[in-house]
Amino acid sequence: MDIQVRVWRQSGPDDKGRMVTYDVKDISPDASFLEMLDVLNEKLILDGDDPIAFDHDCREGICGMCGMMINGIAHGPERATTTCQLHMRHFKDGDVIDVEPWRAAPFPVIKDLVVNRGAFDKIIAAGGYITAPTGTAPEAHATPVPKPDADAAFEAATCIGCGACVAACPNGSSMLFTAAKVAHLGLMPQGQPERDTRVINMLETQDDLGFGGCTNMGECTSVCPKGIPLNLIGRLNSDYRKALRKR
Amino acid sequence: MTSFWNEGDPIVDEAAPDGPIETRWDRRKFAAKLVNPANRRKLSVIVVGTGLAGGSAAATLAEAGYKVRSYCYQDSPRRAHSIAAQGGINAAKNYRNDGDSIYRLFYDTVKGGDFRARESNVYRLAQVSVNIIDQCVAQGVPFAREYGGLLDNRSFGGTQVSRTFYARGQTGQQLLLGAYQAMERQIGLGNIEMNARHEMLELIIVDGKARGIVVRDMITGEISTDLADAVVLASGGYGNVFFLSTNAKGCNVTATWRAHRKGALFANPCYTQIHPTCIPESGTHQSKLTLMSESLRNDGRVWVPRGQGDNRPASNIPEEERDYYLERIYPSFGNLVPRDIASRAAKNVCDEGRGVGPGGLGVYLDFADAISRLGRAAVEAKYGNLFEMYQRITGEDPYETPMRIYPAVHYTMGGLWVDYDLQSTIPGLFVVGEANFSDHGANRLGASALMQGLADGYFVLPHTLANYLASGPYEKISEDHAEVVAARQQVEERITKLLSINGDRTVDSFHRELGHIMWEYCGMERTEEGLTKAIDLIRALRDEFWTRVKVPGTGEQLNQNLEKAGRVADFLELGELMCIDALHRAESAGGHFRAESQTPDGEALRHDDEYSYVGAWEFGGTGQAPTLHKEQLDFEYVHPSTRSYK
Amino acid sequence: MATGRRTPKGVRSSVALKIIMAVSGIVLVGFLYAHMIGNLKIFFGAESFDHYAHWLRTIGVPALPNKVALWLMRIGLIVAVVAHIVAAAILARRARKARPVRYAHRPKVQGSYAARTMRWGGVIIVLFVIWHLLDLTAGVVNPAGGDSEPSARVIDGFQPDRWWVTIFYVLAIVAVGFHLRHGLWSAFRTLGQQTARGQIIGRTVALVLSLVLVVGYLSVPFAVTLGLVD
Repeated sequence: MDIQVRVWRQSGPDDKGRMVTYDVKDISPDASFLEMLDVLNEKLILDGDDPIAFDHDCREGICGMCGMMINGIAHGPERATTTCQLHMRHFKDGDVIDVEPWRAAPFPVIKDLVVNRGAFDKIIAAGGYITAPTGTAPEAHATPVPKPDADAAFEAATCIGCGACVAACPNGSSMLFTAAKVAHLGLMPQGQPERDTRVINMLETQDDLGFGGCTNMGECTSVCPKGIPLNLIGRLNSDYRKALRKR
Repeated sequence: MTSFWNEGDPIVDEAAPDGPIETRWDRRKFAAKLVNPANRRKLSVIVVGTGLAGGSAAATLAEAGYKVRSYCYQDSPRRAHSIAAQGGINAAKNYRNDGDSIYRLFYDTVKGGDFRARESNVYRLAQVSVNIIDQCVAQGVPFAREYGGLLDNRSFGGTQVSRTFYARGQTGQQLLLGAYQAMERQIGLGNIEMNARHEMLELIIVDGKARGIVVRDMITGEISTDLADAVVLASGGYGNVFFLSTNAKGCNVTATWRAHRKGALFANPCYTQIHPTCIPESGTHQSKLTLMSESLRNDGRVWVPRGQGDNRPASNIPEEERDYYLERIYPSFGNLVPRDIASRAAKNVCDEGRGVGPGGLGVYLDFADAISRLGRAAVEAKYGNLFEMYQRITGEDPYETPMRIYPAVHYTMGGLWVDYDLQSTIPGLFVVGEANFSDHGANRLGASALMQGLADGYFVLPHTLANYLASGPYEKISEDHAEVVAARQQVEERITKLLSINGDRTVDSFHRELGHIMWEYCGMERTEEGLTKAIDLIRALRDEFWTRVKVPGTGEQLNQNLEKAGRVADFLELGELMCIDALHRAESAGGHFRAESQTPDGEALRHDDEYSYVGAWEFGGTGQAPTLHKEQLDFEYVHPSTRSYK
Repeated sequence: MATGRRTPKGVRSSVALKIIMAVSGIVLVGFLYAHMIGNLKIFFGAESFDHYAHWLRTIGVPALPNKVALWLMRIGLIVAVVAHIVAAAILARRARKARPVRYAHRPKVQGSYAARTMRWGGVIIVLFVIWHLLDLTAGVVNPAGGDSEPSARVIDGFQPDRWWVTIFYVLAIVAVGFHLRHGLWSAFRTLGQQTARGQIIGRTVALVLSLVLVVGYLSVPFAVTLGLVD
């Protein structure tokens, strides 16, 4: 199939950037979206042009490294799918596809489609952990965890930190990301001692980093490749309110 | 033939304690020197890589009070490829009360490694496996649980006990996030300085000791040096030498290869694990392969058409024209033969021109019988998520048409040679996880990679590294020390060279071609003739690379092609060493199958009298013969026997 | 790392601001319901309606002077309105700063119309409230004038020849309906609603409360314009 892509090109953080149109001829419908960009890049290199920079790594939907706005939708039109797992068969011959980087102040563009998501690491460093230095752990069966709690914690913990939630959110909010981690750890008995400080510190760090607030629109969850549910945000709000009261 | 390598002196693991195997690790830990807590903050450690081994090591060392500086090429330490491990992690907890024990895990692992691993290391691995589970649960890793609230287990990879702990099909992700979170806590406390998007390009050795690394900031292109008291490499395996593998695109051998060039021995490079059930290539655009759980073979039947070049859709091929070749060749095990057998059989039928799908590189895995026997609902309950994944990638519905599968490179057992302390042949250079060679012998069992990574990082390295650091802090070195300047210059010159060739072939085209050579001649089945040919082809390709590669852009910016070019240049050297190692090892063992060494019915044939050793290679110069140092393997507890599937 | 552990921080956090919006919003919804019940008294005759209006001014009399209770309520309302708007403005500014560069290609968000019109809906409601106070409370822009009986102001205000007032009123009430449909549910979530079942209940409650309010408020101007009340 032949398509056209309009890609955001920005040579560096200080460049203003612009959309540039490229023709991609004879691409296999079985190619993934990133493989389509690979093919385009091979051509650009041989033509003496600068290839398009984009983040990617595992290409099996788990590392969270890839991510771009495809026709205005984070990770493209397929639900619960990362960009690397999106295949060209979901497009039609002759389509014009717009490709842009995640846009949020805390995710500045480094080059083309590559953004810096270090802000997510800072949110985790602020409290997204259970303090358990190596060697201090009790026997694993010392504390049984009810299966429903363990399962719910797992669901929340499947977040891959790709940033699609922020990219899709009209407010540029990272609430779904933060809420997923707060829920994962808060659902486990091991996570209780730090439950209050965790939610306060993570949330305030998220604000300090320049993410917007949540207006419960649900854009985040609709593009989340792992389907992290929106109600975890309610859980975070509740945890935060209780923690504030105790402070 | 010996002109390909030189025979050197044998090498001995001097750190390994002797005596009863059960107490070796305890005695080693007791003998190890300790560092006073007050002195620890004066000691600095560089950790390259943030996967299970590197992440857990960095967190644990920082908790102990050392100054840690971590590096990874990804944009966050949470993305290392450990995250993609699906199945689970083994531990000798014996929670099932099914007769498991440390000794049994040790036994299974040595045997599974086809008697090419060190007993001492493997025993220690089995010992600390139980601590790993405790540690991860304390961190909040959401392992699968039973209704009573206790941890669930499943069986894996043909063992007779259920000792695999898991978190749905995302065990690696959950374990890595546990280590990552512990790491982020230390980053927040200022005990770890994290440098994401930094790639190690050279090792700095001063007075014979590893004292630092040269790194490139992948955003600005800035080359800088980092000096410390010790360096830990946790940079993963080298499966990407095959271009197509289940590894992440960024996985590379550069860190370990640079250390090898500086004197660290590289052990058993030819031991690669090839997984039989991956989704096959769909065309020339293919950039990586995706693994699907082996459990599919429990109910799926593997077949190809009887005739060559049969292009009919599967449903149009009548029953009598189908060859259920595994059931035919291995009537007793059928579709459940071990990984290596299944992989090789698939290659053979495809080589005969009977493969299916694009390029004829695929075989059918058919669930039609299972669906008619068990009903669609039962099949869906068991394999629903795998079928969904298959459909997402291929666009085909496996309930209607048979799946197509093909083997793919998955894991590399070889790596830098380390002693019992996980120290390489360069003092102060420690190697953990898949990057070292230590615990899996010639073949790794399922759910053991996660175990080894975390064992090394959480429980082994922190003790043995302390023993080394106890002799420090080492003499302070300045940035303008001759060795530091030289290492930095090497890196800069290499980058300048890569950018200046400005030829007419892309980096990927070289990588693909190298991958084809490796897959064809150093893949599932190797022969003397093929390997000799491959060495010639690789050398020619390497020469061509250095004259015709085109790397666009400059070094002072984010330049993904420059990154790739450096990695491929190293793969082009590693590939040659892999072929030489495979050529010298004229036996079949684990992931290494030499066509010349098989039983009359086509099974792998080891030669314990000749090859019961670790092949540790010393770099001899690019294109020059490397030197082989043999570390003899002694089996006091588990006596070598022939694996049998009959 | 989170910077500083200063206590006021909690109040400035995005979630705390949302809690302020949720609580003030619920207070205002309570007011709207009370107001609506008062409005509906016009169907029992102008006298009943005017009596209610007078009663509002004399609550607590003689213990309290005339209009004091009314002003206490008005102050409460003003505080809620100001808190709601200030918090919304801060959050809107933060959201704008969080996305300094817009997408070139951005389809409509998939959330409901109500969800994505919260901010402009809010502005329309503010403008309407100002008009409404000038019209029916102060009577400045009302044909019946400021000294007339409340029922007269209502009936004169929605006469057919002032159709544009009625249309403005209708639009504003519909805007309020949309605002509440998302706002109420959002408030429940902000206050900690977190179950799947609760989500369905919350959305339904928000929808029903909004619909009842819209119908209740629109019945009066329609009745006047169509001459059903005089």
